[in-house]
Amino acid sequence: MTGFDFPPPAMPPGTDALRAEVRAFLTESHANEGWRPDSDFGSDWSASFSRTLGAQGWIGMCWPRRYGGHERSALERYVVVEELLAAGAPVYAHWVADRQSGPLLLRFGSEEQRQTILPRIAAGECYFAIGMSEPDSGSDLASVRTRAERTADGWRIDGTKVWTSNAHRSQYMIALCRTGPAGDSRHEGLSQFLIDLEADNVQINPIVNLAGKHDFNECVFEDVAIPADRLIGQEGDGWRQVTGELALERSGPERILSTFHLFAALVEAAGPGPEPRLAEAIGRLTAEFYALRAMSLAVAGQLEKGDLPEVEAAIVKDMGTRFEAEVAETLRRAVPVEPVGVGGSANAPSLEAALGASVLGLPSFTLRGGTNEVLRSIIARGLGVR
Amino acid sequence: MSDETARLIEQTADDLFSAESEGARKALAEGAWPERLWQIFAETGLAQAALPEEAGGAGLAAGLAVLRAAGRHAAPIPVAETMIGTLLCHRAGAEVPDGPLTLYAPPAGALAAQPAVREDIDAANLPRVPWARIATVLAVGAPGHGLAFLKPSDVVEGANLAGEPRDDVAVSGPPDRLHPLPPEVDGFALMAIARAAQLRGAMEQVLAMSLRYAGDRVQFGRPLKRFQAIQHYLAEIAGEAAATGAAVDAAAQAPNGFGFAAAKARASQAAGTVARLAHQVHGAIGYTAEHDLHHWTKRLWAWRDECGNEAYWWQVLGAHAAQGGGAALWPKMVAASGSAVAETAGATVSSEGEGR
Repeated sequence: MTGFDFPPPAMPPGTDALRAEVRAFLTESHANEGWRPDSDFGSDWSASFSRTLGAQGWIGMCWPRRYGGHERSALERYVVVEELLAAGAPVYAHWVADRQSGPLLLRFGSEEQRQTILPRIAAGECYFAIGMSEPDSGSDLASVRTRAERTADGWRIDGTKVWTSNAHRSQYMIALCRTGPAGDSRHEGLSQFLIDLEADNVQINPIVNLAGKHDFNECVFEDVAIPADRLIGQEGDGWRQVTGELALERSGPERILSTFHLFAALVEAAGPGPEPRLAEAIGRLTAEFYALRAMSLAVAGQLEKGDLPEVEAAIVKDMGTRFEAEVAETLRRAVPVEPVGVGGSANAPSLEAALGASVLGLPSFTLRGGTNEVLRSIIARGLGVR
Repeated sequence: MSDETARLIEQTADDLFSAESEGARKALAEGAWPERLWQIFAETGLAQAALPEEAGGAGLAAGLAVLRAAGRHAAPIPVAETMIGTLLCHRAGAEVPDGPLTLYAPPAGALAAQPAVREDIDAANLPRVPWARIATVLAVGAPGHGLAFLKPSDVVEGANLAGEPRDDVAVSGPPDRLHPLPPEVDGFALMAIARAAQLRGAMEQVLAMSLRYAGDRVQFGRPLKRFQAIQHYLAEIAGEAAATGAAVDAAAQAPNGFGFAAAKARASQAAGTVARLAHQVHGAIGYTAEHDLHHWTKRLWAWRDECGNEAYWWQVLGAHAAQGGGAALWPKMVAASGSAVAETAGATVSSEGEGR
């Protein structure tokens, strides 16, 4: 039949015990470290939290043991990740490396790359930036112009990447570069490279976002010379590789849980017996979340089976990010608080500050990792009308 | 139930409803009972699909798959009512009567004084009972009040937007029989999940018709499907249908009142969007009686308000979610989907559905 099914996966045995273990860890960590619950990318950059998590075995969970992984299933990873996100834990530092850069290296990287980098990611010590967008290449990723040219002993890279979150505090970037003609499909002639942000001569210039935060950067490559073995996978396979990477970037629980702390705050503010109109607003979010979590879990189940469900992931991100925005909108209508931003007030109560951070963060939810318009085009292609 | 059994049941239902529904709809529109479709449905045993395996069924998920197929082909017989009626008879230990069944199952909130199921009942008027003109009328009431086999004294025929029989039933005198029902069985919530499964099937059909039409219809020198605005409408229809399907599947995997409420709320919410966008894609031809689209969009508009609309179920869910404060919200969400840590597993919505 036409359309997309999201069959619920059977959870592996021991999932409940694992979940309880993560909850106990988080309770203790929060009591000891005092982090401020926030969304995955709004949370504090905490190398110490990442290292603690690595020591627990909760980064690189699905990777082979010989690369520092723990050979757990994608569904067990899902349970750990959703518990971390629901608690608003400071997962930001290792997030990209654990979610997509590590799995990319595992699939396409050289043996040396796997051996030297994956164990450090899994230990919570090594962080990655995503080198996809450029000044003239946003949603139209196939139009990237950053060039990588072969030299006698490696590659020389020229071009500019933008909106590169955390380039200023990560060790590596995976950069999508043009290595040959685009061809009729426009998807040929692209390759991915491992860039050492500490050693390679990349200029990293901050771009302050509208919330006043330094999160993303402009990364300028001027005749940056890198060794031959930094090519990831096959020359010219960059589009195929990056598409797989994006499926991982788009389908996870972070696409439905970014504002869960506000949802909990709404419920807390409503009290035990909310009047019908407020109960209805909370119930609407509850039903939507129930459906979205089922969809997101189903995608994890497909990943576990070895599929890369690109279209299903696009559906989850399109609907999930709209839900996240609706949570913040519902909260501000239901509970009369005024959002407070950076510099608003040092004494701002946490709800005001959390709402302020979300209001200012929301425009990026439906942009990062593929705009919702691009996602709908991917869904349309999946329906065979594009 | 094995996956193979589930596929076989769904395929059987899909084949039957696909072959027989169009003719049956015409018969019904002319005032006739679709006897032939009903007979085959009864003979194949599909009405028993939702029963547990030890009772000769294949479980709730299989029943919902049959209902999905019934919605997909707009089968004009009381599939949901007979299936849930059969399930309630089983839970009440009552023998299942032959022929179609229907069910008067008011919402839990309206159960306080439900005259229909009291033994001392002398008169009651039950509004909009599906197919009462042809079916044995069952009624469920407040927990402990049981499952009643009613003796209607009068039936005034009516219909929903899609022309499906919704009759007003007058009852005088005590029920024929009254069987105790386990208190956790909520007939209203079971009918809600059944309607949600039908809504899901209808949305699939509407999506398929919209895709077909967008491919065939040429305007401004190109098929509609080449227009980005149309592509995004189709993507949104597919997304709404997928969210509905995911909620129904999750509720079937972990059957509880929370899941049934969430699935019906999500389905009812999606129905309006799906119908609106499908008509926008189809243009004027989809607004005619001649085109088939209305058989499904009218069902979407009718079914979204039956067995509790989205606002009703949102209130039920919201009242439940608000108990225990913000810290309890996440464990409650996880427990509802059946992937629970042991000590929070008790946190299900107060209106329990069918037990596992």
